[in-house]
Amino acid sequence: MTDDAMRITVHPILEFKRGRKVKFTFDGQELEGYEGEPIAAALHAAGVRVLRESPKLKRPRGFFCAIGNCSSCLMTVDGRPNVRVCIERLREGMRVETQRGKGVLLAND
Amino acid sequence: MRTTEICVIGAGPAGLCAAIAAREMGARVTCVDSGTRPGGQLVKQTHKFFGSRGQFAGRRGIDIARMLAAQVEGDPMVELMLESTVVGFYDDGTLGIEREDRVTFLKPERVICATGASERMLAFPGNDLPGVYGAGAVQTLMNVHGVRPGRAALMVGAGNIGLIVSYQLLQAGVEVVAVVEAMPNIGGYEVHARKIRRAGVPVLTSHTVKAAHGTRVVEGATICALGSDFEPVPGTDRRFQVDTICLAVGLTPLADLLWQAGCRMAYIPELGGHVALRDDNYETSRPGVYVAGDLAGIEEASSAMIEGTLAGLAAARSLGYTRPDVDERLAAARAELAALRAGPKGEKVRRGIERLMRLGKEVGVFA
Repeated sequence: MTDDAMRITVHPILEFKRGRKVKFTFDGQELEGYEGEPIAAALHAAGVRVLRESPKLKRPRGFFCAIGNCSSCLMTVDGRPNVRVCIERLREGMRVETQRGKGVLLAND
Repeated sequence: MRTTEICVIGAGPAGLCAAIAAREMGARVTCVDSGTRPGGQLVKQTHKFFGSRGQFAGRRGIDIARMLAAQVEGDPMVELMLESTVVGFYDDGTLGIEREDRVTFLKPERVICATGASERMLAFPGNDLPGVYGAGAVQTLMNVHGVRPGRAALMVGAGNIGLIVSYQLLQAGVEVVAVVEAMPNIGGYEVHARKIRRAGVPVLTSHTVKAAHGTRVVEGATICALGSDFEPVPGTDRRFQVDTICLAVGLTPLADLLWQAGCRMAYIPELGGHVALRDDNYETSRPGVYVAGDLAGIEEASSAMIEGTLAGLAAARSLGYTRPDVDERLAAARAELAALRAGPKGEKVRRGIERLMRLGKEVGVFA
């Protein structure tokens, strides 16, 4: 599914002001999104719905609440695990990865 | 340590109205919110509100959010802390606030908790697959970020949220195959149901989702009819090809901070779950801690705004601030709440509040 298919361009009520287009990577693959939008929105627009693997049963997980409450969308961003990508804003060059397991804290955290 | 007179936790409809009311009384307010902009869940509500003119009936949620925010932004007496989350409520009343991975502390003289609610889950096979989303999440994705959740969706729940989000899915160009509702009747307003029926979407009462299908993501859903015992009726299974299943099966108050604060809580199903015992001014069993909005009991944005105003006025008055019209405004707010809760759609909430107030008296917290 392409970016254009999922992005809403014409809407009866809303007008969307998007930031500049930036490149980021998802599991090594280069994708594009808009600066400042949640990482999950950029991924979803690019057709990525599986964000992590559940620690125990290895089930695929997507987002659920989209407002930072439920922790369904935890991913590894720039090496840092457990980032809530439904509220973390996209920046140029971010390295976004599917999270497997519970993650390990970075030494400087 | 930083101090403030009143800390309002949450900048949604309740929190913003609380901040505005307290500020009007003369109090210094700090309003903390985890979002990137004030307005809470109003920022995704593109539909026009009902209710009375006092609560902006006829206006869209997105516009109400802007109007309320404009009343506090730039006001030197109101500090708005965005992208900040209150994570700790200490015994001495100090709040721990996380922002950009650092926790700072704030000691307010009064706290108005207006943290809102979270969406409920529903148990069915496959409910953990990516593509099963809260209806509010779908609203955020579409109406705030401009991304469609999928191509075809099944909506579970025909309360106002389920009906409104179904219409918004259509507006965003997403097919809605059906709205299923386990109850024998539609919970939301008939006018919302008619809008989506006119667009050709069936609203199936006494029906529920039986399973989500797919290996990595949602690829389909099976629904079935429910008997009067709420058990599936054999032979009524129907399968749809959908990539999105929206759950609009109710909200539950986000009460974590109230538990931390040691407020006396009660489980009131009619109000959505655990809520704080409170008095008529929305002050909890912990003196100086107030509640407003969905946290005080699941209702609508209109009642949340009035509760916020009420709590804001009461909290400021308890600090010694006053205005000539404060009693009048408090009385007006109580009357508006009673009016909103009147009628058959408010019956459940009225019952819940009656229980809550009775319990408060029984445990001897309130006179």
